[in-house]
This record gives sequence, C-alpha cells and structure tokens, in this order.
Amino acid sequence: MLTISRALHEKILEHARKDHPDEACGVIAGPVGSDQPVRFIPMQNAERSPTFYRFDSLEQLRVWRDMDDNDEEAVVIYHSHTATQAYPSRTDISYASEPQAHYVLVSTRDESETEFRSYRIVDGEVTEEPVTVTE
Amino acid sequence: MAIEVRIPTILRTYTGGAKAVEGSGATLDELLLNLDAAHGGLRERLVDGEKLRRFVNVYLNDEDVRFLGGLETPVKDGDTVTVLPAVAGGSL
Repeated sequence: MLTISRALHEKILEHARKDHPDEACGVIAGPVGSDQPVRFIPMQNAERSPTFYRFDSLEQLRVWRDMDDNDEEAVVIYHSHTATQAYPSRTDISYASEPQAHYVLVSTRDESETEFRSYRIVDGEVTEEPVTVTE
Repeated sequence: MAIEVRIPTILRTYTGGAKAVEGSGATLDELLLNLDAAHGGLRERLVDGEKLRRFVNVYLNDEDVRFLGGLETPVKDGDTVTVLPAVAGGSL
C-alpha cells in the first residue's frame, strides 16, 4: 500500500503533465524505514525521450548522497508513460533496483485523465498495490 | 592501500550486508578484481566482459568514471568509489 499526501500526489501529476510528451521522472524521499513519502525531488530525464527515462548520473549521486546524509531513502520512484498505460514495462522491471521503493507510474496518454498507479517491483516481480491519498 | 567502495542496497548480498567495503588496486579494474576475491560475484554485477555495465553508475569521488577512463580509471589510497544502479526505464 502506498500512502501519500494529496499535495505530493498532485506534484507528481503536475510534473508528468508539464513534461509531456517526454517521460517525467523523480523521487520522493522519506525517513529510512518509515515508508512515508515526504520530500519531493523531481529529476531531469537525461534521455529527454517520450519512451525512455534515465536519471542523470551526477544528479543521482547528489540526491542519493543527500538522502544518506539526511537518513532518508527513496520511498517513491515515479515516472510517466506518455502514450501507454500506467503499468511497468519490461525495461521498468529489469532496471528496478531499489527494493524498498514504491514504483509509481503515471500515464499522460489521455488529456482529460492522468492515471496514477503504484507497484512494488522486487526481484523482477511486479505487484500492484492500492494507493491511499491523505489530506 | 585502502579504497572505500560504497555498495548499494541490492548488491549488499555480496558483502554480507555491508554498506561499504575496502579494496586495493591501481585502476578501477584491479580494484573490482580485488573486491571480487573477497566478495565473489560482485564484479560480474558491474562488469560485462571487458566493460562496465551500462545501467550501473560507478563514481570515483565526485565523478562518473564513464568520463574518466572507465575500467582503466586510476584509483589511489583515500579515494572513495560509489556504486549506484542507474534509475531508468520506459514504456517499452
């Protein structure tokens, strides 16, 4: 289950819509072990592509070091699909390497409705989970 | 000669859970071979044949070794090497 505030939920949706048709991506950090998304960190998509995303390697180093200094971890790793469904693709699954993270997929394929879904991806297995948005 | 190597969560199965290990070598390649002797299987997660794997980021201090010399990057006592799996994916 992913529990996320409405404010953070909205920030992800806004980021995805803003970067459409390129895929948007980012992290929400939270205290280690808390499972609580707290700090929103939108990332550059170094691929700048409508079908692929990748965190810039030096930006990722800075963000991961900051999280380590703050005793935080990546609670949410999000990205958008701009023409396909909000479900992890084969590449999403093969590159998922933060076992504690909630992988949020957003789809901006439909202008009138942005899909938002969350998954655990551990050892190549995808499990969709419910999302609770809190006020 | 001790070089600290910081290990990401998913590779800690090779280091008995340790977040950081120490190794030695004059180049990144030698360092990884040295680490693999103590932590068997670790090198293969980072190196494919003769090259660093595409979706693993390896940093020497504050720099990405892709912009230095890849596996031939010289390393020395006091350096810190950090490994982070790339965060990537897409619609396909």
